[in-house]
Amino acid sequence: MALKDITLGQYFPGSTILHRLDPRTKILCTVAYIIALFLAKNLPGYLILLAVLCALTVVSKVGFGAVLRGMKPIFIIIVFTAVLNLFYTPGQGEPLLSFWVFRVYAEGIWAAVFMILRIAMLITCTFLLTYTTSPILLTDGLEKLLNPLKAVHVPVHELAMMMSIALRFIPTLIEETDKIMSAQKARGADFDTGGLMQKARALVPLLVPLFISAFRRADELAVAMECRCYHGGEGRTRMRVLKLGTADVLALAGGAVLCVLVVLLGRIF
Amino acid sequence: MNDAIIKTQQLRFSYAGAEPPAPMVLDGVDLEIEAGSFVAVLGHNGSGKSTLAKHMNAILLPSGGAVYVDGVDTREEERLLDIRSTVGMVFQNPDNQIVANVVEEDVAFAPENLGVPPAEIRRRVDAALKQVGMYQYREHAPHLLSGGQKQRVAIAGVIAMAPRCIVLDEPTAMLDPIGRGEVLRTIKQLNRASGVTVVLITHHMDEAAQADRLVVMSKGKVVADGPPREVFQRVEELKSVGLTVPETTELLWQLRQEGLDVPLDALSDEECAQALYRLLSGGKEGEL
Repeated sequence: MALKDITLGQYFPGSTILHRLDPRTKILCTVAYIIALFLAKNLPGYLILLAVLCALTVVSKVGFGAVLRGMKPIFIIIVFTAVLNLFYTPGQGEPLLSFWVFRVYAEGIWAAVFMILRIAMLITCTFLLTYTTSPILLTDGLEKLLNPLKAVHVPVHELAMMMSIALRFIPTLIEETDKIMSAQKARGADFDTGGLMQKARALVPLLVPLFISAFRRADELAVAMECRCYHGGEGRTRMRVLKLGTADVLALAGGAVLCVLVVLLGRIF
Repeated sequence: MNDAIIKTQQLRFSYAGAEPPAPMVLDGVDLEIEAGSFVAVLGHNGSGKSTLAKHMNAILLPSGGAVYVDGVDTREEERLLDIRSTVGMVFQNPDNQIVANVVEEDVAFAPENLGVPPAEIRRRVDAALKQVGMYQYREHAPHLLSGGQKQRVAIAGVIAMAPRCIVLDEPTAMLDPIGRGEVLRTIKQLNRASGVTVVLITHHMDEAAQADRLVVMSKGKVVADGPPREVFQRVEELKSVGLTVPETTELLWQLRQEGLDVPLDALSDEECAQALYRLLSGGKEGEL
């Protein structure tokens, strides 16, 4: 098992306009896009959304290959939803195809196509967000966006801090898992053979030391953070100040226009 | 004569909740650390040297006696941030003190906590990274650096706070010889060039030998205090508290035990070689 091969955050460093946009803008635009996606009722709406997505993918220089690869894990879900929609959408008029208990109507085909498009576009637009935004900026952006929730006592700063510490320690803990595994293997532990139960049982001597060391790390990190004057989010400044530029305003306006446009298209056609 | 930046008075400490009678981890420590000095604290495991270090920036508070940082009692809670930004602390495991997943973000952590304006943070972060020689790695992920590099990032993270004193608790214990060298050079550079007071907790004799002043701890007490050259001459005493002496001193001490007339205060390899040369050439002064 090559644990080090796991890529996390899925961030593709770059300096395109999409990379340079403020993370808050990107998060809000992603939300706007998802709303538009659910408001879209007909083909013209979907086509516009698809065109926008393709344009953004080209601009981001992430490449269609990477986007399609990202789709792989959810391929089954897409197919499953499409098949269900295909067979279970009732339609008026004659079925196009009928065998055994299944009836396929024209409406069913459209529903399946739209469903595939909707899920694929949903996934792609969120991928574009994580592909073009480093995890740290994403956390910063979320913290800033959720800031108003502090008024209702949501611990926004603490949540963001936990998220960024988790991101920081994932590679460290993976490295540690690798080390413990090697140590156990050297003493004859077997992680690769046997049934599911046997494999699960083999993980216990791996998880126990991993957890103990994680707690010890947490303890030491807490002391080190205190030594560096950490005292919660109050009065804290940031080195990197998020600033909204002209591009951000345009992007946000674009997101809003997209939503309105999709709704209008739904009314007209 | 400079003022004392850290001062302990009859400092006593025992962990609360330990079985009675709770053993005294620190048992009456009187110490004054002068501003601008380079002090090494040497001691065997369990001598209380790490506990002493944790008192120097109010991570632990004394059970008895008092600790003053720049004249402020560490028990004054409202001055806590002043105390911690005056005395920075670097720990043994660099992995467990790096907070962010980009080097420069991590160095910025302390000034961010202190509410320093962004432009000033940027300036401090760049200066701190240059001081420890890690500027070219500012955009790297910390987990891809070597141990010595990580520890230098941790030191930069403390310098960015602009502390007047840095306490390092066995900063080289988990490093390879190259990493140790890097970290020691950085520490000495900080002390000499920037005038930062350095307190180095260690159990490496050769590291302790490089300090201006050496404090030896055993069983929660200070058993020796003075320039390394003097302290290391007390070979029997050091051995009795479970410490060894640098190899050079050990060699000269053995020779003295055999009745040969060699000085004990030759600490560096060079000085030791000179002493042996004088001995072998029959007491004549000479260069190698």
